Amino acid sequence: MSDSPVLVHHGEVEIAHEHPHLPYQRHHFETMAQQNDATNFAMWLFLLTEIMFFGGLFTAYLIYRNWYYPAFVAGSHQLNVIWGGINTLVLITSSFTMAMGVWCAETRRQSQLVLCLVLTFILGLGFLGIKTIEYKEKIEKHHVPGFHYSLQSFLNPDSDKEAKAAGDKPMALDMARHTEVYFSLYFAMTGMHALHMIIGIGILGFMILRARAGGYTTGHITFVENFGLYWHFVDIVWIFLFPLLYLISRHAQ
Amino acid sequence: MSQHHEPVEARMNDHDSQGNLEEHEHHIVSPVVYLIIFAALLVGTALTVFASYLELGILNPILAIAIAVVKATLVVLFFMHVKYSSKLTKLTVGAGMFTFLILIGMTLSDYISRAWGRW
Repeated sequence: MSDSPVLVHHGEVEIAHEHPHLPYQRHHFETMAQQNDATNFAMWLFLLTEIMFFGGLFTAYLIYRNWYYPAFVAGSHQLNVIWGGINTLVLITSSFTMAMGVWCAETRRQSQLVLCLVLTFILGLGFLGIKTIEYKEKIEKHHVPGFHYSLQSFLNPDSDKEAKAAGDKPMALDMARHTEVYFSLYFAMTGMHALHMIIGIGILGFMILRARAGGYTTGHITFVENFGLYWHFVDIVWIFLFPLLYLISRHAQ
Repeated sequence: MSQHHEPVEARMNDHDSQGNLEEHEHHIVSPVVYLIIFAALLVGTALTVFASYLELGILNPILAIAIAVVKATLVVLFFMHVKYSSKLTKLTVGAGMFTFLILIGMTLSDYISRAWGRW
């Protein structure tokens, strides 16, 4: 993803190829197109490792969900579909603004590129803000796995606003305890997703500064393009997380 | 889309005189396509929320996954440009999906076929 300008030995190289090298073409690539293909390939290989990384979490989710389905339903009822839905919209919109950012870089529109990146940045922060509200609620209700985990919402659902609204029935103790597995996966998956968002937002901040200086509107857009791939990948993870965690069984039991 | 700028790669590609390399022409996806995909993703999100409130039994999770797969495919093909990418990229993405399915498939076949299972 490196996009720093490279010194090119003008002279022999140029004469040999009979065409000028662009300043950002690395000397070990024969053409810019070859360099673009190589960096694009590298980015996708990185994303494959990411697929396998999240794939492990999804596999764990799948197995436990099938084992302890009632616990997963009750755990899912604790999540707020409105917040989850809004966050899905926020993330999809940020993916759209990012895609538009790539287009702006391709067509060399500097100010619009900066605008797209800033919008993506803000939407990313908005997503994390909503996630914080949701996490706070889980902490307050002692639904974070660990020593302070509380089974009250599942043993006595009538005492719990969300459980009561969903019409949950009291669970046997051994199944109720498995809601902790659900919340472990909830925090592992959404937490890893949020970490990817935080890293992405950091890189976006750097890109906004560079874009303002005209860094991506001179024809060399590899960095914006590959960051776009990363951002869309994070979006895809959420596209699966939302129905799997929030919408397990929302209809009346 | 009022003014049509010169594509980034237009000037770059005119010198692949080496000839023996299979290089890929850079394709600029239009904002109209992005808008359509964006709208489709919003509709998909509304659909998946709506579907979860219906009583469909075993079809509930299947429908939820199916909608998510369609949404993810749209993102991969258009937002991530795979539809317009080189064969190498397409093969790489396909390999990723394939390996992921092996991860899920092999693990589940193990769990399903165990005597102690609660399956």
